[in-house]
Amino acid sequence: MGLITGIKESVSRVTDRLFTSPDPKRIGIYGPPNAGKTTLANRIARDWTGDAVGPESHIPHETRRARQKENVTIERNGTAVSIDIVDTPGVATKVDYEDFLEFDLEEDDAIRRSREATEGVAEAMHWLREDIEGVIYVLDATEDPFTQVNTMLVGIIESRELPVLIFANKIDLEEANVSRVEDAFPQHETVPLSALEGDNMDEVYDKIAEYFG
Amino acid sequence: MPETTSRDGVQIDLISGERMEGMASMEKVRMILDNVRDGDIIILEDGLTPEEESRLIEATMSQIDPDGFNGIEIETYPKPENTSSGLLGRLMGSDDTSKLTVIGPANQIETLHKDETIISALVSGN
Repeated sequence: MGLITGIKESVSRVTDRLFTSPDPKRIGIYGPPNAGKTTLANRIARDWTGDAVGPESHIPHETRRARQKENVTIERNGTAVSIDIVDTPGVATKVDYEDFLEFDLEEDDAIRRSREATEGVAEAMHWLREDIEGVIYVLDATEDPFTQVNTMLVGIIESRELPVLIFANKIDLEEANVSRVEDAFPQHETVPLSALEGDNMDEVYDKIAEYFG
Repeated sequence: MPETTSRDGVQIDLISGERMEGMASMEKVRMILDNVRDGDIIILEDGLTPEEESRLIEATMSQIDPDGFNGIEIETYPKPENTSSGLLGRLMGSDDTSKLTVIGPANQIETLHKDETIISALVSGN
């Protein structure tokens, strides 16, 4: 009896391993402040789970803590790909509280926001070194992509040999220039989209499934 | 770094790859931030590895203070392979492929601009 039970359990473990999908990969959404990272994270999470990840704002450094949405299952061409989405604070090399005063924040609020933003950037870098298994790098396609922060971050991602997709966001805006983003990082695939309007999301999900599945 | 007697101007430290070679990553980050926080402009002949750049960003964030230091400006230049014709190459006899890096305090560097052949910085005094 014990022998048969043992054999059954062994067979069950083997079949579980064969037919259960692997653990979801932890995909970090990185990029400079105000590129639309949280808008994208919310778009993906809402499309596939019905929930949002975090609040969006036009004020830089709205996201000051990395937020994770686990087990987001994206279905493409009859197969399902599960990922954990990590929405990270925008990365910068400087944070000046006076910049927030332009958005009508009181000085105390601006100082608190800048303190939290610095902690958030440090946290985002730590996640990248320790826990992230793939990266969606989001850029505002209306802005110059040839910045040192972008160059450094993409270099850090490449040095860790993580799969990376470049998303040229905000293509609903007239000033968007996708080819400039493609020229900045020709070694990586660039996907144009508007996370706000939901433009080109089919290709976004195809590429996420292809790169991170 | 050797101490200068006056802080009226802006100190620029051109640091050779040889000097950085024997330093641990956190020593490099600490040395850069200590000097930049003092208002110095640092030019690294050999730059930093991506891992060190990541740690530099993280350490910079931990030192930002609303009443003073508000971060760094940084630009890098990959040095062309197998040439030593650049100014630093001639000065220091180096022809490696690492990247020239300029780092300074964000509150003193009004603009730090790079194009294909030049990094130019507009720096205000202390």
